[in-house]
Amino acid sequence: MSQGEHRNPVESFLRMDRMPHIWCPGCGIGIVVNCFVRALLKSKIDVDSVSVVSGIGCTGRIAGYFKVDSFHTTHGRPIPFATGLKTARPDMNIVVLSGEGDLIAIGGNHFIHAARRNVDIKVICVNNFTYAMTGGQVGPTAPLHSIATTAPYGSHERPFNLPFLAESSGATYVARWTTYHVRQLTKAMVDVLNKPGFCFVEAIAPCPTIYQRRNRMGDGLEMMRFYREHSRIANGADTRSLDIEMGGEIVVGKFIDRDRPTYLEAMDEELSKRLGNRYVPYPTGVKR
Amino acid sequence: MKADPMGVLVGAHFLDGDHACCEGALAAGCRMVFGYPITPSTEVVERIARRFPMVGGVFIQMEDEIASSIAIQGAAWGGKKVMTVTSGPGMSLMQEHIGFAAMTETPCVFVNVQRGGPSTGLPTLPGQADMMQARWGSHGDYEIIALSPNSPQECFDLTIVAFNMSERYRVPVMFMMDESVGHMTERVIIPESTEIDIEPRRLTRAQPSEDYELYAPEEDLVPQMPPVGAGYRFHVTGLTHDEKGYPVMNAWVQEKLVRRLVDKIRKNASEIAINQEFELEDAEVVIVAYGITSRVVQRTMFLAREKGLKVGVFRPVVVWPFPEDRIRELAGRAKAFVVPELNYGQVYYEVERLVAGRAPCRLVDHGGGALHDPADILKVVEEVLR
Ligand code: SF4
Repeated sequence: MSQGEHRNPVESFLRMDRMPHIWCPGCGIGIVVNCFVRALLKSKIDVDSVSVVSGIGCTGRIAGYFKVDSFHTTHGRPIPFATGLKTARPDMNIVVLSGEGDLIAIGGNHFIHAARRNVDIKVICVNNFTYAMTGGQVGPTAPLHSIATTAPYGSHERPFNLPFLAESSGATYVARWTTYHVRQLTKAMVDVLNKPGFCFVEAIAPCPTIYQRRNRMGDGLEMMRFYREHSRIANGADTRSLDIEMGGEIVVGKFIDRDRPTYLEAMDEELSKRLGNRYVPYPTGVKR
Repeated sequence: MKADPMGVLVGAHFLDGDHACCEGALAAGCRMVFGYPITPSTEVVERIARRFPMVGGVFIQMEDEIASSIAIQGAAWGGKKVMTVTSGPGMSLMQEHIGFAAMTETPCVFVNVQRGGPSTGLPTLPGQADMMQARWGSHGDYEIIALSPNSPQECFDLTIVAFNMSERYRVPVMFMMDESVGHMTERVIIPESTEIDIEPRRLTRAQPSEDYELYAPEEDLVPQMPPVGAGYRFHVTGLTHDEKGYPVMNAWVQEKLVRRLVDKIRKNASEIAINQEFELEDAEVVIVAYGITSRVVQRTMFLAREKGLKVGVFRPVVVWPFPEDRIRELAGRAKAFVVPELNYGQVYYEVERLVAGRAPCRLVDHGGGALHDPADILKVVEEVLR
């Protein structure tokens, strides 16, 4: 462990008493953790006002390593848990960090409805195209023809295009970056920490141990090279055009940044209009 | 602590059980409910949706019962008193998070207005067949508290008790209504807030520090809760965890944790117990009944007494944990036990286990959809006395 003056500034945000973490060498999840801590540092927000909520999976373990009030919930349910927490504490910044299997497959219904309601939570989805913790089963974003233990001859399912799903469900902020784009990914996290409404950041990340090995895509480093060579930055791109194909181009960027009243704002407006002086507003304590 | 007067609708009202349950939650200090409509419980959330904006509360109709049952827990950790409301099919979907609440010791109330099952069953008609589900429905070992009201007045009174117990023991409390109780309208007296006792959240007295222990139990085995966002930097997980709250995957930590989760209810069972007893002093036959059936058997007891038969009624108001000691005592002196319930034998087997062969036990089963005919129960009473 590093000592005294050599302490990495990231350490004060992590539960160092829980190190070493469970992630494999070359795994992209650590990069996402690093970006998020740097985003916290940059955004200068009070760390005690931030809570991290995760579901289940390799990415779901993130909550356990962040030194903030953190919740490691059930599979697929971090978004409704975060909805409850945010509603109880509208003054806090609630961040959901979880994987695509958790958020989009088993938790897909919660994802679209929270976006539709514009619940003021920040959803950062690590997309590594597979169920890694259980050994590499086919997932909701697995590219067509990719190999998985439950798709041993190649997937024949059409994968979700996550930015398009998020936009059409109502998210106020939608971005996609890979773990090669650490600067932009960090910036996107700073953006969403300061942006009201349901914000979505897709972080495409390597899983060398499971996904890449099975699909003969090389190690973590090779994947970073692939991201560099095959990504195209296209801020504001039409989210319908963001499908990802096996070995194909990955379009990254900030696609959506718009304003809609949050769930509690819309509720407050409707109720005060309808109920007049019979309305006892829910004390949100939010200053914006 | 006394109730916040803003939520207490003082006076005499004509309310059905569903509406009375909503008023009980308001009096208990509940200001945050997440739910999903399902017959025959929908009236509870409809009244909540109408009443909450006038008392500074928030109701959110979620996308399903799974979401409702975990959203309440986010709000509970956010400091709120919370509840969700459903019926059998919804309860089945919520099981995942009853286990999560038990494991993470999250205070919350689950209202189940029971209907006939299995599956979609009888949406608009009564049943009592979710009693074992309430106790064991989620995977793994844990204990919960379950209350079984038998009138709209009790739907008010006992909803407050349910909230108080969930705060006191930090467990999910199952509020086991049924369609008859939910839809029957009777007089409900709501007292002044100064007459309503409220159990406040057991907030930690410890200061935030590096060695803060989220799950260090007090003497009664229940740990105190920290406020969120106050610098404790705690970690909550559904994985087996040590007292710090960190996941630990071994048999020793599992033993320590799960034994405490079970013991905090079992060892406090006598304090949690609420029973009612009718004419048990000289009873030769003890009818054990709960919920709506505990009202039906009043008639059976009356008819039996008219015939000179020594029949009494034992009613567990708190069904889980089951009043084991009291049943054992009664088994020492009664000639027989008769257990009518709207299922094919759930609480009955608990009675049989505790009586342990010292007296004959008879189940009067019923598939639900209607209530027992008191005369049918009387027939069984007469048979066991013969
Ligand atoms: S299995 Fe894959 S996703 Fe999981 S830690 Fe290893 S590399 Fe990362």
